[in-house]
Amino acid sequence: MKIIEKTLILQGEINKFTVPNLLNRWEKYTSQKLEYIDLEKVISIDSAGVAFLDVIQLKNQDSFRKLLNIPINISQTIKTFSSLEITVEAIKRERSGFIENIGNSFFKYKEAIVDISYLTTEVIFWSFVGIFNRKGQRKDSVIQQSILIGMEAIGIIGSLSLIFGLIMALQSAALLRQFGTEVFLADMIAVLMVREMGPILTAILVAGRSGSAIASEIATMKVTEEIDALKIMAIDPIRYVVVPKFNAITLCMPLLVTLSMIIGISGGLLISIFYLDLSIVTFVTRVLEVLTFSNILIALLKGVVFAWAIVIIGTYFGFKVEGGAEGVGKATTASVVASIFAVIVLDAIFSLEYLGG
Amino acid sequence: MKVPIISVKKIVAKYGENTVLKDVTVDIFPNEITVILGGSGCGKTTFIKNILQLYKPFSGSIKIFGEETVGLFPEEFNKILEKIGMLFQNGALLNSVNIFDNVSIPLEQHTVLPAEIIEKIIKVKLNLVNLGHVINLFPSELSGGMKKRAALARAIALDPEILFCDEPSAGLDPITSENLDNLILKLKEQLNMTIIIVTHELASIHRIANRIIFLDEGEVLFQGTLAEAKNCGIQEVEHFFEVGKFGD
Repeated sequence: MKIIEKTLILQGEINKFTVPNLLNRWEKYTSQKLEYIDLEKVISIDSAGVAFLDVIQLKNQDSFRKLLNIPINISQTIKTFSSLEITVEAIKRERSGFIENIGNSFFKYKEAIVDISYLTTEVIFWSFVGIFNRKGQRKDSVIQQSILIGMEAIGIIGSLSLIFGLIMALQSAALLRQFGTEVFLADMIAVLMVREMGPILTAILVAGRSGSAIASEIATMKVTEEIDALKIMAIDPIRYVVVPKFNAITLCMPLLVTLSMIIGISGGLLISIFYLDLSIVTFVTRVLEVLTFSNILIALLKGVVFAWAIVIIGTYFGFKVEGGAEGVGKATTASVVASIFAVIVLDAIFSLEYLGG
Repeated sequence: MKVPIISVKKIVAKYGENTVLKDVTVDIFPNEITVILGGSGCGKTTFIKNILQLYKPFSGSIKIFGEETVGLFPEEFNKILEKIGMLFQNGALLNSVNIFDNVSIPLEQHTVLPAEIIEKIIKVKLNLVNLGHVINLFPSELSGGMKKRAALARAIALDPEILFCDEPSAGLDPITSENLDNLILKLKEQLNMTIIIVTHELASIHRIANRIIFLDEGEVLFQGTLAEAKNCGIQEVEHFFEVGKFGD
């Protein structure tokens, strides 16, 4: 590269490998006003080379006249890859302001609440109708879903409930022993596991396991146009895909909650026997005395309500998916976060029941 | 005599117990457009993916630019891949970034070009596929045909020496398809690209093909020019052109 009388003379190959070096060397000449670029000795050029020529021409646009001695073999390449005559304007994205964003969020949440309400009504309706009319549902789908949501969760829910029961009992046992009130460990574990930990622990695990699976399955079906295919076949996707999951989780959740409560209390029993030297009879008697029928009923009801929230939220985010694989990931994450949030809020509402004692 | 830019010798590809390619031997020559033809499931896409090592062949030899690639370490093969572009059947754009960033990926990863030059290259490449206006949009905001054209812009971002296209015209209207063919011809002429295309579109084959490779049940039934293919005396090949001539 050299400049003779306002003409930049280039030679050899001008391509993606040589352009960075050419640009560095060009820095020395930026003070000079160019009128011509002589390409006689250029052997080959690629799109990076053409972009380099464009940049030099634009930087000298006041003085620049034309490219000289363009070899025939590269003239078409320059014509094809030159950006100088591109007039297409890129679509501009409008950026919304702070207040506008707040307004948008408000309408978005309002819309979400309305959509979730419709979805809940629709799911409950078709679930009820499904008792009398099996049409529009996959054969044995409730059993399959019960195995997926219920049976396959037994291991994880059982083991975590046991660990929780052991931890709570151990933490409390030392304290109760100081006051000589070891016997109340049974009361405490029973109340905690039945009123609180059993339902919420089960719900959080089911939200993480099955809620995410529901959201990602429906989102993938939507992205791959399977939902559209069902619609084209005149099959209601809610009835075909969602209702079996809803029915299965409604059946399984009380059983899983019961399992969690029993195993959690068993954890407390182990600590009572081996750490506090209480007898099994004393422990069981205390547990049966402290627990009421309404406690157990509310725990099971909690389980069902949490389960419905998990299915509805998973379904909502699944159907709301946008884009491809990335959208599925976002929908799944959003559904898990929203389900756990909803479960905790609903649990807080249920806790009001115990305000009176 | 021309030296092949890709030389495939006796490759066998398997999915589990199922043999998809049986002793395929093919030469692809520089600065030619080679069209790979054959019925659905005959192994066309597997053949391309074997060459690009997306699936490793069970046995055989594949030479690209004269270098044996079967058994190469990924880092060594990546150097070869820098000279190759691929247009996937469904575009395979990254949905999480916009079109500008999608096309910029190979330029930013494999060159030290300044941002100013990269921006110009991207604009030109998108303009070549008539997508200059969607530079700020995301793939999810584009139609299927637009995604495919944007993916082509990404595939040619580095002016590769070899370009693979898996069904580039599928799902495109005839005008867009013709424009795409013209662009492919331009790339071949002006950048001396070697282009390998899997397609079923006979109109497209007539416009662009220099050489035909016809696969049937994992075997090469024919390789030669288009004119030779039409009168090769092989029933399956002649039937393919006969059945599709309505689309000429």
